[in-house]
Amino acid sequence: MSILSETRKSAPKLSLDRRYLPVLGTVVVFVLMLVIGGARYENFLSPAVLSNLFINNAHLIVLAAGMTFVILTGGIDLSVGAVLALSSVITATMLNAGIPLSLVLPIAILSGSIIGLGMGVMIQYFEVQPFVATLAGMFLARGLCFIFAPESVPIRNEGFVALSSWGVSSGRWRLTAAVVIALLVVAASWWVLHRTRFGRTVYAVGGGEQSATLMGLRVARTKVMVYVISGTCASLGGILFAMFSRSGYALTGVGMELDAIAAVVIGGTLLIGGMGFILGSVVGVMVLGLIQTIITFEGTLSSWWTKIVIGVLLLVFVVLQRILTLRRN
Amino acid sequence: MIDSTSASRAEQITVQHSQPTNPTVQMAGITVEFPGVKALDGVDFRLFPGEVHALMGENGAGKSTLIKALTGVNPIAAGTISVNGSSMRFNGPADAREHGISTVYQEVNLCTNLTVAENIMLGSEPRRFGGLDWRTMRRQAKVYLERMGLDIDPSSSLGSHSLAVQQLVAISRAMVVDAKVLILDEPTSSLDTDEVEQLFTVMRQLRDDGVAILFVSHFLDQIYAIADRITVLRNGQLVQERMKDQLPQRELVSLMIAGTSDAQVSRANERVAVTERAADAKPLLQAVGLGRKGAVQPFNLDLYPGEVIGLAGLLGSGRTELARLLYGADKADVGSIKLAGEPVKLRTPRQALGRKIAYTSEDRKGEGVIGDLTVAENIILGLQAARGWIRPLPTVKATQVVDAYIKALGVRPANPNALLKNLSGGNQQKVLLARWLATAPKLLLLDEPTRGIDIGAKTEIMNLVSELAEQGMSVVFISAELEEVLRLSDRIVVMRDHEKVAEIASTPEVDVPRLIEIIATGEEDK
Repeated sequence: MSILSETRKSAPKLSLDRRYLPVLGTVVVFVLMLVIGGARYENFLSPAVLSNLFINNAHLIVLAAGMTFVILTGGIDLSVGAVLALSSVITATMLNAGIPLSLVLPIAILSGSIIGLGMGVMIQYFEVQPFVATLAGMFLARGLCFIFAPESVPIRNEGFVALSSWGVSSGRWRLTAAVVIALLVVAASWWVLHRTRFGRTVYAVGGGEQSATLMGLRVARTKVMVYVISGTCASLGGILFAMFSRSGYALTGVGMELDAIAAVVIGGTLLIGGMGFILGSVVGVMVLGLIQTIITFEGTLSSWWTKIVIGVLLLVFVVLQRILTLRRN
Repeated sequence: MIDSTSASRAEQITVQHSQPTNPTVQMAGITVEFPGVKALDGVDFRLFPGEVHALMGENGAGKSTLIKALTGVNPIAAGTISVNGSSMRFNGPADAREHGISTVYQEVNLCTNLTVAENIMLGSEPRRFGGLDWRTMRRQAKVYLERMGLDIDPSSSLGSHSLAVQQLVAISRAMVVDAKVLILDEPTSSLDTDEVEQLFTVMRQLRDDGVAILFVSHFLDQIYAIADRITVLRNGQLVQERMKDQLPQRELVSLMIAGTSDAQVSRANERVAVTERAADAKPLLQAVGLGRKGAVQPFNLDLYPGEVIGLAGLLGSGRTELARLLYGADKADVGSIKLAGEPVKLRTPRQALGRKIAYTSEDRKGEGVIGDLTVAENIILGLQAARGWIRPLPTVKATQVVDAYIKALGVRPANPNALLKNLSGGNQQKVLLARWLATAPKLLLLDEPTRGIDIGAKTEIMNLVSELAEQGMSVVFISAELEEVLRLSDRIVVMRDHEKVAEIASTPEVDVPRLIEIIATGEEDK
């Protein structure tokens, strides 16, 4: 027995690092981009630029947080961009109709939760592919936007304007309400994923649904819940985006679900599920944001280069993940 | 153990066992029905505290069904289950687990992406401030691991450990809920000898702590090393429950497989004459030291043209694994294959097919027939595969081939355009045979070709096999029914615990009891 245990003792230390490897890769890329940007452009590493990185992407951070839950279970949510638009349109039209802010915000957030619940039930109990179910959710949400308001609706509600322009600054660092909310969402997500049985079940489902069931974990409930969480995050993201743009518009967030997925994948979460970290997703969003910033700073480059760089990065990260998983087996 | 103590104590224990007052689990008259089949028919089963109870039976005997009936995976049509005297019905493994009945499956059903600590503790994890208390969790997990004699880091991920360790972690998990009953469903199938010994140490310790252990294994030696009591199931019915000491291996094996034969097949005078091999005959295929870890121990085997080799052994003894090695469906770790004296490498079924070796799977539904294609399409499939997709088979030729085989094998209905799924099992098997015969193989590996088909079709297929051999084909015939093996084979290879233990000529002196003895003892000579 002692021989057996001794030979097994040395193994785990190395593998522990491997779980963090994809995230470490993301952090390295992020730091590398900061260094390159800082070396090439003046004022690149200024507090204003870095603050804006968060301010411009607060909604995407929230989307990516919700998406992380879904992808960790091995699913996908294509509806988040449309749900974001729906929530922003609901917020704008209802506020303009004179409904109080304290009622509008919960309703807007709930709209995403309900769509998420519907998709989750379809996926879990009717065994519809997540891709198809959330595609349906995407069309549904996008169509509903136009029923509320086909045109862009500017928001004039005083309370909402005050909320969106609220911020704390220290020197040239600035934090808006949206950023604070986004960071709170990230903190809550981290706590849920790492400190609750539900969170660990999310990982367990991604690692092997049948095993998780046989371990007596509540798989069905968890799988539905991740879509509710993702939908809720998306509608919260819609409010943040409305705060950012002071309007609600049916055509916002087209393709934003793909940005969120890209951020999560670049952030080191395995698309097959079971492995990844919420903080990785945040860094993933930051990497996407930095690409955009660098291209703005470059000045002469067309903004389409953003997509090209994201595409290349995605490819590299997916291949890297593949190599990692292949080696694991 | 028991036998090392004094005789009076042993007697005491026997008395204690033979007059059990309160079994932990008592299942009575359990009947489980699946559409069209009675998987379990009024089975009684008892589990006593502080005992390892082995559940034995061949494929389809109902072992897993019984376990699933207990844990509530399969609904029970009739019968009662009582745990510690009170009547119970569980609605799933999780529910059973909460009532102290934990199951560890053959394939480790844990999450390899989570840490060892989580895999042990999730479901009954310690909490602090409303969230998981990781530190306490790791500490508690460590305690359970130490009980298993495992010194591993609880915060390492489970996937970084060997299967054996994962298996022990699974048992640790079972112990967290203070399991009164531990069900081990073939836990040893992927473990090596040392690891099995470690598992047994743990099992003995748990048994001495009063845990009732239900143990399923196909390895007879392991059963006799660890079990106290043995229950034998056959065809969904209880055959017998007995203390291990009162059930010799030979009797156990005959309980497991005897009686499955049909009088029609077992008539000894129907035995096909043993072909005399010419003295200068050259083997068609020679396997030298061929083996694969965890599947078959290295073995030598010569196959001659015109000869039928029967493979006998219990389920899980390595019969199928041996055939798959010869066919290249599984890759051998060691050894080599010579075909007509030439060394060859068979890495894929396609290469084997190119060398005129054909294999019909025991899993007819999963690996063989394609139900949504017609009889004709199924027959020409193998022929077409051998030609390659570039050169389609001419329609006229295809029709000729199909008609010829339908007639020769007596496929009914004799309609080449019938969908295969609408044919009976026996006729599906004939079509499958036709598929491989159409490729004109020199070596035909038949894995359980007679399973689940009616007696008439069985006889037809067996007659066909002996005709093929007479025409010079070399045949390997695998069957769970020893009478069939005896009747057809020129030579019989006996498999036991993944090892080729004997190779005997099928002389008239060799009969079923003799074969059973070899299977049970693993020895050729008495």
